[in-house]
Amino acid sequence: MKPAAFDYVRAESLDEVLEGLSNEGGNARVLAGGQSLMAMLNMRLARPKVLIDIMRLKELNRVEERAGVVTIGAGVRQATLLAWPELTRTLPLLALALPWIGHVQTRSRGTICGSLAHADPSAEMPLALIALGGEVHLRSKRQRRRVPARDFFVGMMATDRAEDELIEAVSFPGHRGGGCAFREVARRHGDFAIVACAAVATPNGVRFAVGGVADVPMARDWPCLDGTALDDALNGFAYELDARDDVHATARYRRDLVRIIGRDLIGEVLQ
Amino acid sequence: MAQVAARPASSVDMEGRPWVGRSIERVEDAALLTGRGRFIDDIGTPPGTLHAAILRSPHAHADIISIDAEAARRAPGVAAVLTGKQIEALTSSLVVGVKAPVECWPIATKRVRYVGEPVAVVVASDRARAEDAVELIDVEYRPCMAVVDPLAALAADAPVLHDGFPSNLASDRSFSYGDPDQAFAQAPHRFSIDIRYPRNSCTPIETYGVIATHDAAEDAFDILANFQGPFSIHTVISRALKVPGNRLRLRTPPDSGGSFGVKQGVFPYIVLIGAASRAVGRPVKWIEDRLEHLTASVSATNRATTLSAAVAADGRILALDWDQVEDCGAHLRAPEPATLYRMHGNLTGAYDIRHVKVRNRVVVTNKTPTGLNRGFGGPQVYFALERLVQRIAIGLRLDPLDVIKRNLVPANAFPYRTATGALLDSGNYQEAVARAVEQGRLAELMARRDEARAQGRLYGIGFTAVVEPSVSNMGYITTVLTAAERRKAGPKNGAQATATIALDPLGSVTVHVASVPQGQGHRTVLSQVVADVFGLKPQDIRVNTEIDTAKDAWSIASGNYASRFAAAVAGTAKLAAERIAARLARVAASQLNVEPADIVFAAGFVGSKHNPENRLAFSRVAALSHWSPGSLRDDADQTIRETVFWSPPELTAPDDDDRMNSSLCHGFIFDFCGVEIDRTTFETRIDRYVTMHDCGTILHPAMVNGQIRGGFAQALGAALYEEYAYAADGSFLTGTFADYLLPTTTEVPDPQIIHMETPSPLTPLGAKGVGEGNCMSTPVCIANAVADALRLADVTLPLVPAKLADLARGPEPLPAAGQTRAAAAREADRRLRGEGSAAVKAAPEQVWTMLLDARTLQAVIPGCQRIEKVSDTHFRADVTLGIGPVTGRYRADVELFDLDPPNAVRLRGKAEGALGFGDAEGRITLEPDGKGGTRLRYSYDASIGGKVASIGGRLLDGATRVIIGQFFAALARKAGGGASASGFSLVALLGRLASLFGGRR
Repeated sequence: MKPAAFDYVRAESLDEVLEGLSNEGGNARVLAGGQSLMAMLNMRLARPKVLIDIMRLKELNRVEERAGVVTIGAGVRQATLLAWPELTRTLPLLALALPWIGHVQTRSRGTICGSLAHADPSAEMPLALIALGGEVHLRSKRQRRRVPARDFFVGMMATDRAEDELIEAVSFPGHRGGGCAFREVARRHGDFAIVACAAVATPNGVRFAVGGVADVPMARDWPCLDGTALDDALNGFAYELDARDDVHATARYRRDLVRIIGRDLIGEVLQ
Repeated sequence: MAQVAARPASSVDMEGRPWVGRSIERVEDAALLTGRGRFIDDIGTPPGTLHAAILRSPHAHADIISIDAEAARRAPGVAAVLTGKQIEALTSSLVVGVKAPVECWPIATKRVRYVGEPVAVVVASDRARAEDAVELIDVEYRPCMAVVDPLAALAADAPVLHDGFPSNLASDRSFSYGDPDQAFAQAPHRFSIDIRYPRNSCTPIETYGVIATHDAAEDAFDILANFQGPFSIHTVISRALKVPGNRLRLRTPPDSGGSFGVKQGVFPYIVLIGAASRAVGRPVKWIEDRLEHLTASVSATNRATTLSAAVAADGRILALDWDQVEDCGAHLRAPEPATLYRMHGNLTGAYDIRHVKVRNRVVVTNKTPTGLNRGFGGPQVYFALERLVQRIAIGLRLDPLDVIKRNLVPANAFPYRTATGALLDSGNYQEAVARAVEQGRLAELMARRDEARAQGRLYGIGFTAVVEPSVSNMGYITTVLTAAERRKAGPKNGAQATATIALDPLGSVTVHVASVPQGQGHRTVLSQVVADVFGLKPQDIRVNTEIDTAKDAWSIASGNYASRFAAAVAGTAKLAAERIAARLARVAASQLNVEPADIVFAAGFVGSKHNPENRLAFSRVAALSHWSPGSLRDDADQTIRETVFWSPPELTAPDDDDRMNSSLCHGFIFDFCGVEIDRTTFETRIDRYVTMHDCGTILHPAMVNGQIRGGFAQALGAALYEEYAYAADGSFLTGTFADYLLPTTTEVPDPQIIHMETPSPLTPLGAKGVGEGNCMSTPVCIANAVADALRLADVTLPLVPAKLADLARGPEPLPAAGQTRAAAAREADRRLRGEGSAAVKAAPEQVWTMLLDARTLQAVIPGCQRIEKVSDTHFRADVTLGIGPVTGRYRADVELFDLDPPNAVRLRGKAEGALGFGDAEGRITLEPDGKGGTRLRYSYDASIGGKVASIGGRLLDGATRVIIGQFFAALARKAGGGASASGFSLVALLGRLASLFGGRR
């Protein structure tokens, strides 16, 4: 478990990062916490030519709240956001979901944006982004652009990010005072989710999002449903997610959890 | 019934209390807790040491057609690349434990038989370069059908692993004790249970490590390895390395990061790395990494058991009929099939059952070879026996605890000879159960169950009673041979323990034993035992437990296994200390002018019992043999160094009727627990776990409790989380700790531990083993509780929530009308099947041409660097495939057949790369869509193995779809834009597919 040889660049400026990505493209990987990437390097699953470490860039290490929108820089670690005093007030869903990311040790290194870039289908941050309808801020030498959550995740570990782009930040619309609920089922605390669910109150009803089942986290917006109508909606969604079997759970088990937890969470949010 | 072991008056501290029995601070901890442990990977290596990395098989079963290692040999820093051919020349086959003409090499020779089997060893200047070179070795395999299930391995048409066995059956023995047939014929009831016990392992935090040096001048090996024993394996290693035993110096490092039996399995690597050192003429170091360890170190056996009982109306078990099929994996490595025979004397558990029938079969399958693991045979046996006891209770409408109590060996029957030959040395099982029920508050737990059930919750209680054997008879494995074969092979019995006490010229005391501790605290306990004999303090005693077979006293039974430390090794240290003390007493008596019988050792002095003022400092008496041997009495003998070898006479060889006293000591455990199953997730929560232990005299209470907690944690893992899982094709599915789940502190509740002490009359200190018991009792106790909670007749470990949910939940709600139900993507054969379609803005003829055009394929196959057209319908390509950051290079080979231009074609392809391999078949049909374009439909059937399958199973299916999607999108773009519709298609896929990440097959 020794990585293949690679070059390591500790970027001193954002320009240097963008220059590096522009030159190396797919041969470069951004190091932002490394809680998935380093393991992949050691297992030789990933073998970039260059690793660009962005964690010394102060301008990426910021959490800002402006006009109700919370923007989190690429260098912000999960533990840092969890400790941000405004979190529960502004983004209560993240306050619920963040403790489910790995363990305290991995959260102390792992970053919010790194998790989004990795786009593991079981990860909590992509699920939260989908549930809250946030935006990913991408930047390259060519351009800056913002991509809505629903367009960002295009497949398993695949995103809309171009090879020369850096995820500079992610922004979440504030959800102050809105009801939300989160629940995750894993074999052990800290494991990849078998099913993770988030429910968020919307002006017309509820948005229900599920991670760990399909290749990307998926959400549905529903009016205030209950009874059989809610059961039917959840059942339909459970099947649409096209769950699969693996060594930890069966497809049926995942559908059952979507139905049962979905009912519980939606009930909680619509209370 | 608890007794306090009689202790000699001399073994007292200042306050008159012996040190043994007290939880003194561990001498080991200061270094371990401050990061100063000296583990094998921390110890400096000799100058010029090279480093090894191992290429391992991605296939479960395949012939090796060729190995091209030229590029690897030329790689920077590489000293040698050794394949099976070279190792065959440098070594001889490892000894196999049954009589059959099979070979067992530490590396694949002509065929690979399990995923992870070594195929080549690269020796280089450092590990990273060695791993770089491993990737350059080109092996061509011809895959064979694999067999992973022990019963399937017995089928007449099963693929056969070893040509030396007529089938996969390596051993088949039947035994009968008493008159089981008559007992079954006459009994009013017969109960049976079929068990599949899964594969798991204790996964120590420190992996294997070997540093081998071959001295060409003397043709001798000096090998440092974190081997744990038994040192009977020293004979296996020296024979394999083709040197006499005195030219194999095997040493162990001062500290070990855990073993639990597993480090016994390092021995094939000792041979392999030893041979590598001989080949390169330099020291060679190899440290196993975690991926290697999980895939290919050693596993406990999985076993298929059918157990039947003849039962009286009151629940008394009159006879047992065992049919066990033991799965030892791909090779029968020493000491297997010991896992099957370790419990042979104890097949009646804690019960008084006089008639027993046994059929033991041993099979080989395409899985990692098995070896020692904490519990060693106990978990497999007790899971069957104690599940059956619960089933008997349910069948007869009796209380399961009453059935247990009714069958226990009577308290007045000890020492008790079991039907199959074990001598249960001491105990009072009824008293132990009564105390556990009382102190563990069983009545209250029953009330909790009633209350929970009244509220509609899923709550159950389980019980287990087990006998925990310790100090194995080195002859038990010969029970696998017939009496005639045993006579021919010569006697094997006993279990020599060794201990050496040395007094230096300042009179300080050093102890050496060959127990090879793996973190348990042997040094602390030995300091207590010896301090008591000499009237010293534990800190006065220095204990060394490193072993060096060139200089230390050892024998085949030496090592750390079969819970032999407290009972055998600590007892032997006591005997050695007493032997020296007796001589010192004679020396002191002569100096003090008293009778030797009047001498007492206390508080650092040797003095007269009757006249405490008449005394000498211990150090002065102790040093005399060095400074003034002339002043010793003629009959005193030296007091410098004494080594005692102790082997209990009770450990006799199996008799002609195959009765076998497989172990010296037998502790007793009675467990019960309450569990609740979550109605949503079907997770099992332990509400309370009570474990009663009678392990004889307790030497260090805190360490005994530590052993119990540790065993309990590993057993909880076996019950709820851990399984070395294999697919039907032999792919290994749990190659990282993300898929092989160990319980962490969050998941492990604190058990309530209750003790009773019935000393063993057969051991010097009255102690028995205690370290393995919960690995035997806890998995089945939890399973019984879960079966009770869910009212299930059968439960299988591990108790995965999804499995329980599938058993307990009713039919699933159907999808709405019109919504298609997702087809199961993966079926039992683990092939991935799928289908899809897409719209292409080009006519079928045009699409057809593209599919057969190498340049177009190169453009649309993601990551295709080079494509070679072998014929019009046969392509070879080098592709780099990736999902996210996961990328790998593959060689793909694709053929088209059943061509029906421009309507349909079939494709068959395979790909192979460092991350794995895959093969696929697909069919593509093209239909005009009526608008000038084409409706392309495809279906595929793929399978993937190798590294990605074992470490990325969670993501494999999704990743395959992604790659298929990439191909299709590229094809549609190339055809003129318009992207497609539904998804993915793939076709070319083959190439693609195959390459996927890892190779999908």
